[in-house]
Amino acid sequence: MNLNATLVAQLVVFFILAWVTMKFVWPPIVKALDERAKKVADGLAAADKAKNDLALAEKKVVEELRKARESATDVRASAEKQAAVFLDEARAEAARIIAQAREAAEAEAGVAAQRAKEALRDQVAQLAVAGAEKILRKEINAQAHADLLANLKQELQ
Amino acid sequence: MSTGTEAHAPTAGEYIVHHLTHLNSTGHAQTAIIDWSVWNLDTLFFSIGLGVVTLLILIKAANGATSGVPGRFQAAIEILVEMVADQAKGIVHSAESRKFVAPVALTVFFWIFLMNSMDFLPVDLLPRIGEMFGLHYMRVVPTADLNGTLGMSIGVLLICLYYNIKIKGFGGWIHELFTAPFGSHPLLYPINFLMQMIEFLAKTVSHGMRLFGNMYAGELVFMLIALMGGTATVFGFLGHIVAGSIWAVFHILIVALQAFIFMMLTLVYIGQAHESH
Repeated sequence: MNLNATLVAQLVVFFILAWVTMKFVWPPIVKALDERAKKVADGLAAADKAKNDLALAEKKVVEELRKARESATDVRASAEKQAAVFLDEARAEAARIIAQAREAAEAEAGVAAQRAKEALRDQVAQLAVAGAEKILRKEINAQAHADLLANLKQELQ
Repeated sequence: MSTGTEAHAPTAGEYIVHHLTHLNSTGHAQTAIIDWSVWNLDTLFFSIGLGVVTLLILIKAANGATSGVPGRFQAAIEILVEMVADQAKGIVHSAESRKFVAPVALTVFFWIFLMNSMDFLPVDLLPRIGEMFGLHYMRVVPTADLNGTLGMSIGVLLICLYYNIKIKGFGGWIHELFTAPFGSHPLLYPINFLMQMIEFLAKTVSHGMRLFGNMYAGELVFMLIALMGGTATVFGFLGHIVAGSIWAVFHILIVALQAFIFMMLTLVYIGQAHESH
Protein backbone atom coordinates (compact mmCIF):
# COMPACT_ATOMS: atom_id res chain seq x y z
CA MET A 1 0.00 0.00 0.00
CA ASN A 2 2.46 2.56 -1.22
CA LEU A 3 1.39 5.79 -2.79
CA ASN A 4 2.64 6.81 -6.18
CA ALA A 5 1.69 8.58 -9.39
CA THR A 6 -1.07 6.07 -10.01
CA LEU A 7 -3.15 8.17 -7.63
CA VAL A 8 -2.95 11.22 -9.89
CA ALA A 9 -3.80 9.14 -12.93
CA GLN A 10 -6.78 7.66 -11.13
CA LEU A 11 -7.90 11.17 -10.19
CA VAL A 12 -7.78 12.27 -13.82
CA VAL A 13 -9.56 9.15 -15.02
CA PHE A 14 -12.23 9.74 -12.39
CA PHE A 15 -13.00 13.19 -13.77
CA ILE A 16 -12.92 12.06 -17.39
CA LEU A 17 -15.41 9.27 -16.68
CA ALA A 18 -17.63 11.61 -14.68
CA TRP A 19 -17.54 14.22 -17.45
CA VAL A 20 -18.39 11.72 -20.20
CA THR A 21 -21.24 10.33 -18.12
CA MET A 22 -22.57 13.82 -17.46
CA LYS A 23 -22.30 14.77 -21.12
CA PHE A 24 -23.45 11.67 -23.00
CA VAL A 25 -25.07 9.20 -20.61
CA TRP A 26 -27.13 10.94 -17.98
CA PRO A 27 -29.21 13.40 -20.07
CA PRO A 28 -30.66 10.95 -22.64
CA ILE A 29 -31.50 8.31 -20.05
CA VAL A 30 -33.13 10.77 -17.65
CA LYS A 31 -34.98 12.40 -20.53
CA ALA A 32 -36.30 9.02 -21.67
CA LEU A 33 -37.32 8.17 -18.11
CA ASP A 34 -39.18 11.46 -17.69
CA GLU A 35 -40.88 11.05 -21.05
CA ARG A 36 -41.93 7.53 -20.18
CA ALA A 37 -43.25 8.66 -16.82
CA LYS A 38 -45.29 11.31 -18.61
CA LYS A 39 -46.54 8.77 -21.13
CA VAL A 40 -47.60 6.40 -18.38
CA ALA A 41 -49.32 9.22 -16.52
CA ASP A 42 -51.11 10.27 -19.71
CA GLY A 43 -52.09 6.69 -20.39
CA LEU A 44 -53.51 6.29 -16.91
CA ALA A 45 -55.43 9.53 -17.24
CA ALA A 46 -56.81 8.43 -20.62
CA ALA A 47 -57.82 5.09 -19.15
CA ASP A 48 -59.63 6.87 -16.33
CA LYS A 49 -61.40 9.12 -18.79
CA ALA A 50 -62.41 6.16 -20.95
CA LYS A 51 -63.76 4.41 -17.85
CA ASN A 52 -65.88 7.45 -16.99
CA ASP A 53 -67.11 7.73 -20.57
CA LEU A 54 -68.05 4.08 -20.54
CA ALA A 55 -70.00 4.48 -17.30
CA LEU A 56 -71.81 7.49 -18.77
CA ALA A 57 -72.60 5.62 -21.98
CA GLU A 58 -73.91 2.67 -20.00
CA LYS A 59 -76.15 4.94 -17.99
CA LYS A 60 -77.41 6.50 -21.22
CA VAL A 61 -78.08 3.08 -22.72
CA VAL A 62 -80.11 2.06 -19.68
CA GLU A 63 -82.08 5.29 -19.90
CA GLU A 64 -82.74 4.83 -23.62
CA LEU A 65 -83.82 1.24 -23.05
CA ARG A 66 -86.23 2.34 -20.34
CA LYS A 67 -87.69 5.00 -22.65
CA ALA A 68 -88.04 2.53 -25.51
CA ARG A 69 -89.74 0.03 -23.24
CA GLU A 70 -92.15 2.67 -22.00
CA SER A 71 -93.09 3.84 -25.47
CA ALA A 72 -93.52 0.25 -26.60
CA THR A 73 -95.93 -0.31 -23.73
CA ASP A 74 -97.86 2.80 -24.75
CA VAL A 75 -98.04 1.70 -28.34
CA ARG A 76 -99.24 -1.73 -27.35
CA ALA A 77 -101.92 -0.35 -25.05
CA SER A 78 -103.30 2.02 -27.66
CA ALA A 79 -103.20 -0.74 -30.28
CA GLU A 80 -105.14 -3.03 -27.99
CA LYS A 81 -107.69 -0.32 -27.30
CA GLN A 82 -108.10 0.33 -31.01
CA ALA A 83 -108.40 -3.37 -31.70
CA ALA A 84 -111.12 -3.64 -29.09
CA VAL A 85 -112.99 -0.76 -30.73
CA PHE A 86 -112.66 -2.41 -34.15
CA LEU A 87 -113.86 -5.70 -32.70
CA ASP A 88 -116.89 -4.08 -31.10
CA GLU A 89 -117.77 -2.29 -34.32
CA ALA A 90 -117.42 -5.48 -36.31
CA ARG A 91 -119.51 -7.38 -33.83
CA ALA A 92 -122.27 -4.75 -33.99
CA GLU A 93 -122.19 -4.76 -37.78
CA ALA A 94 -122.43 -8.54 -37.83
CA ALA A 95 -125.37 -8.48 -35.47
CA ARG A 96 -127.12 -5.90 -37.61
CA ILE A 97 -126.55 -7.94 -40.79
CA ILE A 98 -127.85 -11.09 -39.12
CA ALA A 99 -130.97 -9.30 -37.87
CA GLN A 100 -131.60 -7.87 -41.30
CA ALA A 101 -131.19 -11.24 -42.93
CA ARG A 102 -133.51 -12.84 -40.43
CA GLU A 103 -136.13 -10.15 -40.99
CA ALA A 104 -135.95 -10.56 -44.74
CA ALA A 105 -136.18 -14.33 -44.41
CA GLU A 106 -139.14 -14.07 -42.09
CA ALA A 107 -140.95 -11.67 -44.43
CA GLU A 108 -140.32 -13.95 -47.35
CA ALA A 109 -141.49 -16.93 -45.38
CA GLY A 110 -144.70 -15.05 -44.41
CA VAL A 111 -145.47 -14.19 -48.03
CA ALA A 112 -144.83 -17.77 -49.10
CA ALA A 113 -147.08 -19.09 -46.34
CA GLN A 114 -149.85 -16.71 -47.35
CA ARG A 115 -149.55 -17.75 -50.92
CA ALA A 116 -149.61 -21.43 -50.01
CA LYS A 117 -152.65 -20.87 -47.77
CA GLU A 118 -154.56 -19.20 -50.59
CA ALA A 119 -153.65 -21.95 -53.00
CA LEU A 120 -154.74 -24.54 -50.46
CA ARG A 121 -157.99 -22.68 -49.87
CA ASP A 122 -158.73 -22.65 -53.59
CA GLN A 123 -157.96 -26.31 -53.88
CA VAL A 124 -160.10 -27.13 -50.81
CA ALA A 125 -163.04 -25.11 -52.23
CA GLN A 126 -162.74 -26.85 -55.58
CA LEU A 127 -162.49 -30.21 -53.84
CA ALA A 128 -165.52 -29.40 -51.75
CA VAL A 129 -167.46 -28.21 -54.76
CA ALA A 130 -166.36 -31.25 -56.71
CA GLY A 131 -167.34 -33.51 -53.85
CA ALA A 132 -170.64 -31.75 -53.40
CA GLU A 133 -171.25 -31.87 -57.16
CA LYS A 134 -170.72 -35.60 -57.13
CA ILE A 135 -173.07 -36.00 -54.16
CA LEU A 136 -175.70 -33.55 -55.34
CA ARG A 137 -175.53 -34.12 -59.10
CA LYS A 138 -178.47 -36.14 -59.17
CA GLU A 139 -180.79 -34.13 -56.99
CA ILE A 140 -179.55 -30.55 -57.07
CA ASN A 141 -179.54 -28.14 -59.89
CA ALA A 142 -176.25 -26.42 -60.03
CA GLN A 143 -177.95 -23.29 -61.10
CA ALA A 144 -180.49 -23.37 -58.30
CA HIS A 145 -177.88 -23.85 -55.69
CA ALA A 146 -175.29 -21.44 -57.07
CA ASP A 147 -175.97 -19.00 -54.31
CA LEU A 148 -175.40 -21.61 -51.73
CA LEU A 149 -172.10 -22.62 -53.28
CA ALA A 150 -170.96 -19.10 -53.56
CA ASN A 151 -171.71 -18.60 -49.90
CA LEU A 152 -169.76 -21.69 -49.01
CA LYS A 153 -166.85 -20.52 -51.05
CA GLN A 154 -167.02 -17.19 -49.36
CA GLU A 155 -166.94 -18.79 -45.94
CA LEU A 156 -163.90 -20.89 -46.78
CA GLN A 157 -161.89 -17.90 -47.63
CA MET B 1 0.09 -21.01 -7.48
CA SER B 2 2.39 -23.93 -7.23
CA THR B 3 1.84 -26.27 -10.10
CA GLY B 4 5.02 -28.24 -9.72
CA THR B 5 6.55 -26.92 -12.93
CA GLU B 6 8.57 -24.27 -11.15
CA ALA B 7 12.02 -24.93 -9.80
CA HIS B 8 10.71 -24.72 -6.27
CA ALA B 9 7.21 -24.12 -4.95
CA PRO B 10 6.87 -20.74 -3.22
CA THR B 11 6.22 -20.77 0.49
CA ALA B 12 2.91 -19.40 1.73
CA GLY B 13 4.61 -16.11 2.64
CA GLU B 14 6.28 -15.79 -0.73
CA TYR B 15 3.01 -16.56 -2.50
CA ILE B 16 1.11 -13.85 -0.62
CA VAL B 17 3.85 -11.24 -1.01
CA HIS B 18 4.16 -12.04 -4.68
CA HIS B 19 0.46 -11.60 -5.17
CA LEU B 20 0.36 -8.32 -3.27
CA THR B 21 3.12 -6.76 -5.37
CA HIS B 22 2.02 -4.39 -8.08
CA LEU B 23 3.26 -4.49 -11.62
CA ASN B 24 4.79 -1.00 -11.64
CA SER B 25 6.94 1.02 -13.94
CA THR B 26 10.14 0.09 -12.06
CA GLY B 27 9.71 -3.63 -12.47
CA HIS B 28 10.26 -4.40 -8.77
CA ALA B 29 8.34 -3.73 -5.59
CA GLN B 30 8.18 -0.10 -4.53
CA THR B 31 10.26 0.50 -1.41
CA ALA B 32 9.42 4.10 -0.46
CA ILE B 33 5.99 4.72 1.07
CA ILE B 34 5.43 7.58 -1.35
CA ASP B 35 7.21 7.79 -4.65
CA TRP B 36 5.64 9.97 -7.33
CA SER B 37 7.86 8.63 -10.07
CA VAL B 38 6.31 5.16 -9.96
CA TRP B 39 3.21 4.06 -11.84
CA ASN B 40 1.20 0.95 -10.96
CA LEU B 41 0.65 -0.32 -14.47
CA ASP B 42 -1.76 -3.09 -13.43
CA THR B 43 -4.03 -0.71 -11.50
CA LEU B 44 -3.96 1.78 -14.36
CA PHE B 45 -4.70 -0.88 -16.96
CA PHE B 46 -7.61 -2.44 -15.13
CA SER B 47 -9.14 0.77 -13.81
CA ILE B 48 -8.99 2.54 -17.17
CA GLY B 49 -10.11 -0.60 -18.96
CA LEU B 50 -13.07 -1.02 -16.65
CA GLY B 51 -13.76 2.71 -16.89
CA VAL B 52 -14.04 2.28 -20.65
CA VAL B 53 -16.30 -0.74 -20.14
CA THR B 54 -18.44 1.34 -17.77
CA LEU B 55 -18.77 4.08 -20.35
CA LEU B 56 -19.51 1.64 -23.17
CA ILE B 57 -22.30 0.02 -21.16
CA LEU B 58 -23.74 3.35 -20.07
CA ILE B 59 -23.49 4.88 -23.55
CA LYS B 60 -25.16 1.81 -25.03
CA ALA B 61 -27.98 2.32 -22.55
CA ALA B 62 -28.07 6.04 -23.34
CA ASN B 63 -28.32 5.36 -27.08
CA GLY B 64 -31.05 2.82 -26.53
CA ALA B 65 -32.97 5.15 -24.25
CA THR B 66 -36.57 5.34 -25.35
CA SER B 67 -39.75 6.52 -23.76
CA GLY B 68 -41.38 3.34 -25.07
CA VAL B 69 -41.10 -0.15 -23.66
CA PRO B 70 -37.49 -0.81 -22.52
CA GLY B 71 -35.68 -4.10 -22.95
CA ARG B 72 -34.16 -5.96 -20.01
CA PHE B 73 -30.72 -4.40 -20.35
CA GLN B 74 -32.28 -0.99 -20.73
CA ALA B 75 -34.50 -1.51 -17.70
CA ALA B 76 -31.58 -2.73 -15.57
CA ILE B 77 -29.52 0.39 -16.31
CA GLU B 78 -32.57 2.57 -15.80
CA ILE B 79 -33.17 1.05 -12.38
CA LEU B 80 -29.62 2.06 -11.44
CA VAL B 81 -30.07 5.53 -12.87
CA GLU B 82 -33.34 5.98 -11.00
CA MET B 83 -31.77 4.74 -7.78
CA VAL B 84 -28.87 7.18 -8.12
CA ALA B 85 -31.17 10.02 -9.18
CA ASP B 86 -33.43 9.44 -6.18
CA GLN B 87 -30.53 9.34 -3.75
CA ALA B 88 -29.02 12.46 -5.31
CA LYS B 89 -32.34 14.26 -5.07
CA GLY B 90 -32.62 13.42 -1.39
CA ILE B 91 -29.09 14.49 -0.50
CA VAL B 92 -28.07 17.31 -2.84
CA HIS B 93 -30.76 19.96 -2.81
CA SER B 94 -29.54 22.04 -5.74
CA ALA B 95 -31.01 20.93 -9.07
CA GLU B 96 -28.22 22.78 -10.88
CA SER B 97 -25.52 20.86 -8.97
CA ARG B 98 -27.32 17.56 -9.51
CA LYS B 99 -26.74 17.86 -13.25
CA PHE B 100 -23.10 17.09 -12.51
CA VAL B 101 -23.26 15.35 -9.15
CA ALA B 102 -25.76 12.67 -10.09
CA PRO B 103 -23.76 11.51 -13.14
CA VAL B 104 -20.64 11.48 -10.94
CA ALA B 105 -22.43 9.24 -8.46
CA LEU B 106 -23.65 6.93 -11.24
CA THR B 107 -20.16 6.68 -12.73
CA VAL B 108 -18.61 6.07 -9.34
CA PHE B 109 -21.09 3.34 -8.49
CA PHE B 110 -20.82 1.53 -11.80
CA TRP B 111 -17.08 1.86 -12.10
CA ILE B 112 -16.32 0.75 -8.53
CA PHE B 113 -18.79 -2.10 -8.87
CA LEU B 114 -16.91 -3.38 -11.91
CA MET B 115 -13.49 -2.85 -10.33
CA ASN B 116 -14.57 -4.64 -7.15
CA SER B 117 -15.99 -7.46 -9.27
CA MET B 118 -12.48 -8.29 -10.48
CA ASP B 119 -12.22 -10.05 -7.13
CA PHE B 120 -14.56 -12.74 -8.42
CA LEU B 121 -11.98 -13.94 -10.92
CA PRO B 122 -9.83 -16.72 -9.52
CA VAL B 123 -6.90 -15.01 -7.78
CA ASP B 124 -4.35 -16.77 -9.94
CA LEU B 125 -6.06 -16.59 -13.32
CA LEU B 126 -4.93 -13.23 -14.68
CA PRO B 127 -1.51 -13.18 -12.92
CA ARG B 128 -0.85 -16.62 -14.40
CA ILE B 129 -1.78 -15.45 -17.89
CA GLY B 130 0.38 -12.37 -17.30
CA GLU B 131 3.33 -14.58 -16.42
CA MET B 132 3.02 -16.30 -19.80
CA PHE B 133 3.61 -12.89 -21.37
CA GLY B 134 6.52 -12.09 -19.09
CA LEU B 135 4.68 -9.97 -16.51
CA HIS B 136 5.88 -11.20 -13.13
CA TYR B 137 3.56 -9.22 -10.94
CA MET B 138 -0.09 -8.40 -11.35
CA ARG B 139 -2.91 -7.27 -9.09
CA VAL B 140 -6.22 -7.28 -10.84
CA VAL B 141 -8.43 -5.37 -8.37
CA PRO B 142 -7.82 -1.63 -8.84
CA THR B 143 -9.85 -0.81 -5.73
CA ALA B 144 -7.52 -2.98 -3.65
CA ASP B 145 -4.82 -0.42 -4.48
CA LEU B 146 -4.79 2.60 -2.18
CA ASN B 147 -3.78 4.79 -5.12
CA GLY B 148 -6.97 3.86 -6.90
CA THR B 149 -9.34 4.55 -4.03
CA LEU B 150 -7.57 7.64 -2.71
CA GLY B 151 -7.45 8.99 -6.27
CA MET B 152 -11.20 8.80 -6.39
CA SER B 153 -11.78 10.14 -2.90
CA ILE B 154 -9.48 13.11 -3.61
CA GLY B 155 -11.54 13.67 -6.76
CA VAL B 156 -14.60 13.86 -4.53
CA LEU B 157 -12.73 16.26 -2.22
CA LEU B 158 -11.97 18.54 -5.16
CA ILE B 159 -15.65 18.52 -6.16
CA CYS B 160 -16.55 19.39 -2.56
CA LEU B 161 -14.11 22.30 -2.54
CA TYR B 162 -15.49 23.50 -5.88
CA TYR B 163 -19.06 23.53 -4.60
CA ASN B 164 -18.03 25.10 -1.28
CA ILE B 165 -16.62 28.04 -3.19
CA LYS B 166 -19.37 28.10 -5.81
CA ILE B 167 -22.25 28.06 -3.34
CA LYS B 168 -20.81 30.20 -0.53
CA GLY B 169 -18.42 32.36 -2.51
CA PHE B 170 -14.69 32.30 -1.79
CA GLY B 171 -14.99 34.81 1.07
CA GLY B 172 -17.98 33.02 2.54
CA TRP B 173 -16.17 29.73 2.50
CA ILE B 174 -13.03 31.17 4.15
CA HIS B 175 -15.29 32.79 6.73
CA GLU B 176 -16.92 29.44 7.42
CA LEU B 177 -13.53 27.74 7.73
CA PHE B 178 -12.71 30.00 10.67
CA THR B 179 -16.09 30.44 12.34
CA ALA B 180 -17.65 26.97 12.14
CA PRO B 181 -18.29 24.70 13.96
CA PHE B 182 -17.64 26.42 17.33
CA GLY B 183 -18.69 29.98 16.60
CA SER B 184 -17.35 33.36 15.63
CA HIS B 185 -14.77 34.49 18.18
CA PRO B 186 -11.14 35.44 17.48
CA LEU B 187 -9.98 32.94 20.09
CA LEU B 188 -11.90 30.15 18.38
CA TYR B 189 -10.62 30.88 14.86
CA PRO B 190 -7.58 28.56 15.03
CA ILE B 191 -9.55 25.78 16.67
CA ASN B 192 -12.31 26.06 14.07
CA PHE B 193 -9.80 26.06 11.24
CA LEU B 194 -8.01 23.05 12.68
CA MET B 195 -11.31 21.18 13.05
CA GLN B 196 -12.26 21.95 9.47
CA MET B 197 -8.92 20.73 8.16
CA ILE B 198 -9.17 17.56 10.20
CA GLU B 199 -12.69 17.07 8.92
CA PHE B 200 -11.67 17.37 5.27
CA LEU B 201 -8.68 15.10 5.80
CA ALA B 202 -10.66 12.50 7.75
CA LYS B 203 -13.49 12.47 5.22
CA THR B 204 -11.21 12.01 2.25
CA VAL B 205 -8.86 9.47 3.84
CA SER B 206 -11.67 7.40 5.38
CA HIS B 207 -13.58 7.56 2.11
CA GLY B 208 -10.70 6.07 0.17
CA MET B 209 -9.43 3.81 2.95
CA ARG B 210 -12.80 2.18 3.58
CA LEU B 211 -13.11 0.89 0.04
CA PHE B 212 -9.43 -0.03 -0.13
CA GLY B 213 -9.54 -1.89 3.19
CA ASN B 214 -12.57 -3.93 2.27
CA MET B 215 -11.30 -4.95 -1.12
CA TYR B 216 -7.75 -5.56 0.07
CA ALA B 217 -9.01 -7.78 2.86
CA GLY B 218 -11.34 -9.59 0.48
CA GLU B 219 -8.48 -10.24 -1.93
CA LEU B 220 -6.27 -11.44 0.88
CA VAL B 221 -8.87 -13.91 2.11
CA PHE B 222 -9.25 -15.29 -1.42
CA MET B 223 -5.46 -15.79 -1.49
CA LEU B 224 -5.50 -17.59 1.86
CA ILE B 225 -8.29 -19.85 0.61
CA ALA B 226 -6.30 -20.50 -2.55
CA LEU B 227 -3.31 -21.40 -0.36
CA MET B 228 -5.43 -23.94 1.45
CA GLY B 229 -6.32 -25.55 -1.89
CA GLY B 230 -2.65 -25.32 -2.82
CA THR B 231 -1.73 -27.85 -0.15
CA ALA B 232 -3.21 -30.43 -2.55
CA THR B 233 -4.59 -32.55 0.29
CA VAL B 234 -8.16 -33.78 0.60
CA PHE B 235 -8.73 -31.41 3.48
CA GLY B 236 -7.25 -28.50 1.55
CA PHE B 237 -9.22 -29.28 -1.57
CA LEU B 238 -12.57 -29.58 0.24
CA GLY B 239 -11.71 -26.56 2.38
CA HIS B 240 -10.92 -24.56 -0.73
CA ILE B 241 -14.26 -25.44 -2.29
CA VAL B 242 -16.34 -24.80 0.82
CA ALA B 243 -14.56 -21.67 2.06
CA GLY B 244 -14.09 -20.34 -1.46
CA SER B 245 -17.81 -20.70 -2.23
CA ILE B 246 -18.88 -19.10 1.04
CA TRP B 247 -16.46 -16.21 0.72
CA ALA B 248 -17.30 -15.62 -2.95
CA VAL B 249 -21.02 -15.48 -2.18
CA PHE B 250 -20.40 -13.20 0.77
CA HIS B 251 -18.12 -11.09 -1.37
CA ILE B 252 -20.96 -10.39 -3.82
CA LEU B 253 -22.56 -8.47 -0.98
CA ILE B 254 -19.35 -6.63 -0.14
CA VAL B 255 -18.68 -5.69 -3.76
CA ALA B 256 -22.13 -4.17 -4.24
CA LEU B 257 -22.26 -2.70 -0.76
CA GLN B 258 -18.88 -0.98 -0.95
CA ALA B 259 -19.70 0.47 -4.35
CA PHE B 260 -22.98 1.75 -2.94
CA ILE B 261 -21.34 3.15 0.19
CA PHE B 262 -18.70 4.97 -1.84
CA MET B 263 -21.41 6.45 -4.03
CA MET B 264 -23.56 7.48 -1.06
CA LEU B 265 -20.63 9.11 0.74
CA THR B 266 -19.74 10.95 -2.46
CA LEU B 267 -23.26 12.38 -2.48
CA VAL B 268 -23.25 13.10 1.25
CA TYR B 269 -19.93 14.95 1.17
CA ILE B 270 -20.96 16.98 -1.86
CA GLY B 271 -24.31 17.64 -0.21
CA GLN B 272 -22.52 18.91 2.90
CA ALA B 273 -20.53 21.30 0.74
CA HIS B 274 -23.86 22.92 -0.19
CA GLU B 275 -24.92 23.56 3.39
CA SER B 276 -23.73 26.54 5.35
CA HIS B 277 -23.21 26.29 9.06
